[in-house]
Amino acid sequence: MFGYMGKILRVNLTTNAITTEDLDFELAKKYIGGRGLGTKLYMDEVDPKIDPFAAENKIVIINGPLSGTATPTGGRYMVVTKSPLTGCIASSNSGGEWGAYLKYAGYDAVIIEGKASLPVYINIDEEKVEILPALDVWGKLVTEASDILREKQPGSKVMTIGPAGEKLSQMAAIMNENDRTAGRSGVGAVMGSKNLKAITVKGNLKPEIADAEALKAVTKECRALLKENGVTGGGLPTYGTAVLVNIINEHGVYPTNNFQGGVDPDAEAVSGETMTEKYLIKRNPCHHCPIGCGRWVKSEHSPDGIGGPEYETLWVFAGDLGINDMDVVIDANYWCNELGLDTISAGATLAAAMELYQRGFITDEILADDIALKFGNPESVVHWLKKMGNREGFGDLLARGSYRLADFFGVPEYSMSVKKQDIPAYDPRGIQGMGLQYATSNRGGCHVRGYLISPEILGLPEKLDRFDLAGKEVWAKAFQDLTAVIDSLGLCLFTSFAMGAQNYADMINEVLGTKWSADEVMLAGERIWNLEKLFNLEAGITKADDTLPPRLLNEPMPEGPTKGWVHKLDELLPLYYKERGWDEDGIPTEERLKKLGLL
Amino acid sequence: MAIKIKLFANFRDGRGKIVEMDYTPGMTGQDVIDDLGITAPEIAAVIVDGVDGKVDAMLAVPIKEDGYIAIFPPVAGG
Ligand code: SF4
Repeated sequence: MFGYMGKILRVNLTTNAITTEDLDFELAKKYIGGRGLGTKLYMDEVDPKIDPFAAENKIVIINGPLSGTATPTGGRYMVVTKSPLTGCIASSNSGGEWGAYLKYAGYDAVIIEGKASLPVYINIDEEKVEILPALDVWGKLVTEASDILREKQPGSKVMTIGPAGEKLSQMAAIMNENDRTAGRSGVGAVMGSKNLKAITVKGNLKPEIADAEALKAVTKECRALLKENGVTGGGLPTYGTAVLVNIINEHGVYPTNNFQGGVDPDAEAVSGETMTEKYLIKRNPCHHCPIGCGRWVKSEHSPDGIGGPEYETLWVFAGDLGINDMDVVIDANYWCNELGLDTISAGATLAAAMELYQRGFITDEILADDIALKFGNPESVVHWLKKMGNREGFGDLLARGSYRLADFFGVPEYSMSVKKQDIPAYDPRGIQGMGLQYATSNRGGCHVRGYLISPEILGLPEKLDRFDLAGKEVWAKAFQDLTAVIDSLGLCLFTSFAMGAQNYADMINEVLGTKWSADEVMLAGERIWNLEKLFNLEAGITKADDTLPPRLLNEPMPEGPTKGWVHKLDELLPLYYKERGWDEDGIPTEERLKKLGLL
Repeated sequence: MAIKIKLFANFRDGRGKIVEMDYTPGMTGQDVIDDLGITAPEIAAVIVDGVDGKVDAMLAVPIKEDGYIAIFPPVAGG
């Protein structure tokens, strides 16, 4: 079996049973790995109606066939489970090194089931797999817990949850290598619900490659493409994703004060240019990554610096809160990482809380005269993040995310979310295709399920009119399907700024010994998208959930280059369903499912 | 009257964040980049007085008398 290690590890935390199973190679090829195969393995074993926190729920942690190979960025892994935030399928991706190390330990996936009676961690060292007590790290922040576990298991990579996951915040993340995050959809809380603090992993095994020489040549070609490309060889390495602050703001789609506005005159203070000039110490790349968008920045938390914020984090703790202070953002990012919180949802929840405060739903009395949750108040940010992560006082309500918070006050419309997951950093009123993708994303509000910012704003691979609806359903489907492939291979999405379906097909073919065309690769992506959709339908998600916050549909953007626009979802959604071969209620037709091999 | 040129990322190197240029009737983005020593293929996005579009088309649009142009090299993220 080429590419894969051929083994799945199963750990039952109720019975302490640890077993391994052979990977079905045909099944693996059909769903590729990562997000696709993880969803298939999960769906074959778990009822979509399950309570995400039930002991019967499972977590599939899975790398891809290219993880741990020499291919660029092949170090990622995916966490698949049912989301406690959205009720949809959650597949949350992280970089760093952990995904590659799972492969070096000899496994394509770990399936975690049951619930431990006391806090535990799992140690994986090739064939030696143990469930070990974690009482000494339970309650600890991410860096401290990781340091302790690294000392106990020298040479291991550590993935862990923080206090937010232990306390079942629906926004809890899983952290690895301290500052890499499987951030979205509350996957950390599912780990916490199983009393599982961490997984340490190491090993020295390598996957067999079908044609190692040919892979070398293809990898060289792909690396050259990444190097020559202005984005992956220039903008991202030099400025990180933070370089987006200015370009998104200049287009008037940089949401401010919980999407009440779209332009921030002071955004420069948190821009990539400012970060590079004043805060950057060095790049902080993931495993085998020639791009190196990750930042290592100055901070009072460590003389050596700490992991720096991404664009979406900068936006949410700056523009979306009406604050423009890089130190506040770096601090907020640090605390989210330490508490194990998704920065996007945590920040967006603060933004929703601030709007509820602005409109008189949250009062000083409700906050027991604690620091006011007021737009523009920098002191409120880390103060309330800590309370959120530790579920203290009003922080307990914040820990449930913006939708549940706003719904508690009877005004869910102030949550800028789709399927209860916050939408990030790009106002869909001025990016019609992106709005369609937000509304139809299988894991709720999310920018990395189909990054239409590329063609609509950044001009990649070509510039589209961002207000025009024509053809946006075709672009949305194509981007969503290709993204599903990349997420399943174990590679970073940012490679797609320089590479296309054929490049991915070439790498897969040399690793697996297949002869896939670019079209077959895209078909696999479509299969994965439809599989996720089937899960969501069975979980009770309907057409009514494929929508955007009412503000974005009804309130014209008040200012800037997007002034006067709303999102025209009602026109785009039927076109999208049709493009996908779904019926008018957004249900995949029998014909399409047969074509995809899902029936 | 002067127009404002907003530069981003590495276009700032040796030029600064904002450059002012004397307005001449009919001047376009192409005139601006010629003056700054930037070539069209180096540019990924252009906004002229709040309107964006394909780079070549936007470089041909006349800039308003007190207007601005924003010029970006290839940048991305997510
Ligand atoms: S481009 Fe950035 S996120 Fe992607 S693998 Fe490289 S460092 Fe990690």
